[in-house]
Amino acid sequence: MMRWLLWILAGILLGGIVHLATILALPRTASQDAYARLAPITPVNAMTPIPAPTPANAILPFMDPAFAVAVCRYDLSAGPMKFTAPVSQAYTSVTFYTRYGVAYYAINDRAAGRRLIELDLMTTPQREDLPDDENVTAADRLIIESPTLTGLIVVRALSPEPGLMPMARASLADAKCRTQ
Amino acid sequence: MRLLLGSLFTFMVAAAVGLGSTWFALTRGAAFGTLQIGAWTARPKTGTADVDPYARAAIARIGALPVGLGDGVAFVARTDDQGRPLDGRCDTVISGTTPPARYFTLTLYEPDGTLAANSLDRQGFTSHELIRSQDGSFEITVAPRTRAGNWLPTGGVERYVLVMRFYDTAVGIATRAGREAPLPSIKSGGACQ
Repeated sequence: MMRWLLWILAGILLGGIVHLATILALPRTASQDAYARLAPITPVNAMTPIPAPTPANAILPFMDPAFAVAVCRYDLSAGPMKFTAPVSQAYTSVTFYTRYGVAYYAINDRAAGRRLIELDLMTTPQREDLPDDENVTAADRLIIESPTLTGLIVVRALSPEPGLMPMARASLADAKCRTQ
Repeated sequence: MRLLLGSLFTFMVAAAVGLGSTWFALTRGAAFGTLQIGAWTARPKTGTADVDPYARAAIARIGALPVGLGDGVAFVARTDDQGRPLDGRCDTVISGTTPPARYFTLTLYEPDGTLAANSLDRQGFTSHELIRSQDGSFEITVAPRTRAGNWLPTGGVERYVLVMRFYDTAVGIATRAGREAPLPSIKSGGACQ
């Protein structure tokens, strides 16, 4: 009897390890995460408008239907990237996600403080390779460091009422991401 | 023989406990850094690089992209103020005020994150569209059939989820209580179909 209790205790302890291991491994093994869902419709290092979610069809779950969305699926292995997006009339935001869906940086039009949101995206080693003088003059240049080589830049423009959706979509049409 | 049987048994217990608790944590949601105000819950850290492993796993499993904290914060309600699950066949009233934000949106989803189909093709409101009373408060009726004022149709789905997203707001990691972020109440118990 005592022996079986010990076996159960060992099983529960081992179960705890299994639990932690599966939780930590899941983001890397999930086959239907946001990046995998977007990969078939978005070319690498180019801005692609995402179709608005409808009850019958949505690329991602829990998308906000009040927003026009465009995605740049980036790959920094060829070098740093430059991202620009004009500000829409109502509200525009840019969010950077790693390959595994972590939102590591987000900025909105008010924080960017201009009519054009301009950002440089690079990995930490690429930033270290920047010539020093360039780093100094970069005061007016917002540099974002990506923790992963690949990931997603998601631009969202709000359409405060359904009739303004074409305007929100049009403002995203001028958003660009390209390798420097 | 006994050792073999015992270790086999141990592995079975380990698999059941480990995978069971993982499944439970991902479907019910583990509550790390959860901000609870009335029936609404938000996890502002989910929109940052400091996201906890449970939230990361849950996001990867459903395949959604969380709202970044520099963008806004999302509050989710699955029940009314009394803790009853939201039922799309009944009338539910959302009323009150909201924390300061440049814009907010309220959206109705089915529990799996798809939008609920309805004849009006309306899945939510933006702060811009709401009809408000003079003191700035508002009342939204979530109901399967046409209602006067701010009507959010459910399409008659059995269960639904409400998500309120606040954009360009001070609500975030430092927010602790409903006093800093007043959210509307959710009252069900109206007529059912």
